[in-house]
Amino acid sequence: MATHGALEKTNPIASFYKFQGKYHGIFAWILSTDHKRIGLLYFFLILFFFSVAVFFGFLMRLKLVAPGFPLMKPQMYNAVFTLHGIIQIFLVVIPAIPAIFGNFFLPIQIGARDMAFPRLNLFSWWLYAAGALLVFLSLFTGGGPVDTGWTFYAPYSLRTTVNVPLAVFGVFVLGMSSVLTGINLVTTTHRLRIPGMTWFRLPLFVWGIYATAWVQILATPVIGITLVLIMVERYFGVGVFDPAKGGDPLLYQHLFWIYSHPAVYIMILPAMGVISEIIPVFARKNIFGYKAIAFSSMAIASVGSLVWGHHMFVSGQSDIASLIFSLLTFLVAVPSAIKVFNWVATLYKGSIDLKAPLLFALSFIFLFSVGGLTGLIQGALAVNIHLHDTYWIVGHFHYIIFGGMGFGFLAALHYWFPKMFGRMYDLKQTVRAWLLLFIGFNVLYFPMLILGWEGMPRRYYDYPPQFHTLHLISTIGSWILIAGLIWIFTNLFQALRKGERAEANPWGGATLEWQISSPPPKENFEKIPNVERGPYEFR
Amino acid sequence: METHQDTTGSKIGMWLFLLSEIILFGGLFLLYASYRYKYPSDFHLAAWELDRVLGTLNTLILITSSLFVALSIFFLRKGNRKLSALFLFATLFLGSLFLGIKGVEWTAKIEHDLYPNSARLLERSKGEVLFYGLYYSMTGLHGLHVLVGLGVLFVMFILMIKGKINEHRFVPLENSGLYWHLVDIIWIFLFPLFYLIT
Repeated sequence: MATHGALEKTNPIASFYKFQGKYHGIFAWILSTDHKRIGLLYFFLILFFFSVAVFFGFLMRLKLVAPGFPLMKPQMYNAVFTLHGIIQIFLVVIPAIPAIFGNFFLPIQIGARDMAFPRLNLFSWWLYAAGALLVFLSLFTGGGPVDTGWTFYAPYSLRTTVNVPLAVFGVFVLGMSSVLTGINLVTTTHRLRIPGMTWFRLPLFVWGIYATAWVQILATPVIGITLVLIMVERYFGVGVFDPAKGGDPLLYQHLFWIYSHPAVYIMILPAMGVISEIIPVFARKNIFGYKAIAFSSMAIASVGSLVWGHHMFVSGQSDIASLIFSLLTFLVAVPSAIKVFNWVATLYKGSIDLKAPLLFALSFIFLFSVGGLTGLIQGALAVNIHLHDTYWIVGHFHYIIFGGMGFGFLAALHYWFPKMFGRMYDLKQTVRAWLLLFIGFNVLYFPMLILGWEGMPRRYYDYPPQFHTLHLISTIGSWILIAGLIWIFTNLFQALRKGERAEANPWGGATLEWQISSPPPKENFEKIPNVERGPYEFR
Repeated sequence: METHQDTTGSKIGMWLFLLSEIILFGGLFLLYASYRYKYPSDFHLAAWELDRVLGTLNTLILITSSLFVALSIFFLRKGNRKLSALFLFATLFLGSLFLGIKGVEWTAKIEHDLYPNSARLLERSKGEVLFYGLYYSMTGLHGLHVLVGLGVLFVMFILMIKGKINEHRFVPLENSGLYWHLVDIIWIFLFPLFYLIT
């Protein structure tokens, strides 16, 4: 292990926090082209928006605590679930891992001193901030907050009086940010690997981000043009999605999902990369099936781009199309399952160290498997008719997005926290907080699967009394979950204030970020390291 | 701090960006294909009304401007900054001419009350409404790209005069040229789809 060599070097080098550049104060951050600072800039904004969206989620669950509970009117409820969706999807989940940890760790893991285009990187963050601001402004201007759901389905989004144009323009700008980040990450991976860092010595996190970045580049422009068309449609009435003028709303759905299904893989692939980092380190064992995991990332990215029609099984698209989309949906489960088997096989006969990051990683595997398997159930054509637009779907995608990406994010945060901030958090507290979150999560979302199976439609602001018990349980779950989140983040905040100084390599990882001091120096590496072995060969 | 120049990296980045631009237009081409398939005879009728002479002229102008930007890069790499600047200026001129002619075409149509949501257009068949909807959307988005391209080339022109891009540092011009070729190529697809296939 590389621990001892790196530790000696910890003190003499100043961290990137201490580096004094051209600018001072806050400008030293918002004008910095250091990939680490930009990663942290994303981190703070995303954390803020995450808490806003969680609050909207809390309100929704509170409204549904009992039939006829008078917390808000239907229009308000529509706005709340729309905002929850827009913020969580476009502002939090899509950028979270690639923009925070991808920015911070991808260059370090391949031995680079920064991204390929540092200024473009900063520009992407500014675009992100601008897009977020526009979405935020759309709440208070025009006709008020959007009530279309995060999908902006035509023709409703063309007719509703609320402020759709500004909101979709905000999302368009966020999309530009995402494309440019993708371009930066792909180019960085191709050009800035140090000598010896061959493609098959790349840490699997890099593979995950690399596959994601391709999807960001290739899929995001489709939603870009779709959202532009909504604006054009509203301002000029060109008619391409308006049935009254011969347009076809189904084409809107196609275009929307051509991006938005691959977007699910933008969310999950980086999280899978994180899990592939954590499992071998805490099992003290080389990863099982490195190439299978790397290639399955690329397979998910490509096959996952061809399954969008499974969101439209009951929309009236042709039966043949539905059949093909259903088949491809089942196929895309194969590379995901390959990863799960590889992770479990890595643990087999390993020397398992059950610390906080591993707990998050293990719960990822469990929750993601529930999400994946429920996805297969609804991917079957006949069953889908029964489950379409019910709470089952809501339960399913929260198991994927929160259980998968969310827990993957927390795993990454706990794994890399000592490196990013140079402090160690209270490991015992984390385990307790994790347990609370895990329980809360399942109490919140598992009843949704049953509710949906019994016929409760999604996006309804009220329900008949026979659904009361399950809704009540789910709402209580939301309180437990939020308590868990608060605990987790207070714990980390405490660590920032008075945590012990972190060692360079607290977990005994073999990838490059653990061979430099915590937090890393401005230029990452004093001298370019030598790479002579794979990322998980512990010695 | 050491400075780092990776020209191959810059070009990879540019090509990836162009790829994303093609997909942006791809969404519109997808709509065009679907609606042409759905309303073949309406598209046929509507396409007759576009001015093929001006369309052809504009195609020639844009292709020539693409040649000029390529020549500009060629001469810059040879070290002939004067000729390079001249060709770049010619590119800017032709690009603006293209926009001017496009403007004449749009104005003529709008004067005939043929624009999205106009009373006269809405009286027509659905396929024709969509044809014009797509015509304005696609040529409009393309025109916007021409405008951005002109802006970028103009900045290059200024930088060239100031000597900040030269025979040693020509990748910015090369990348801008690539962008201009993309704008050109998209038009080469738009032209037959709207003007020729009737």
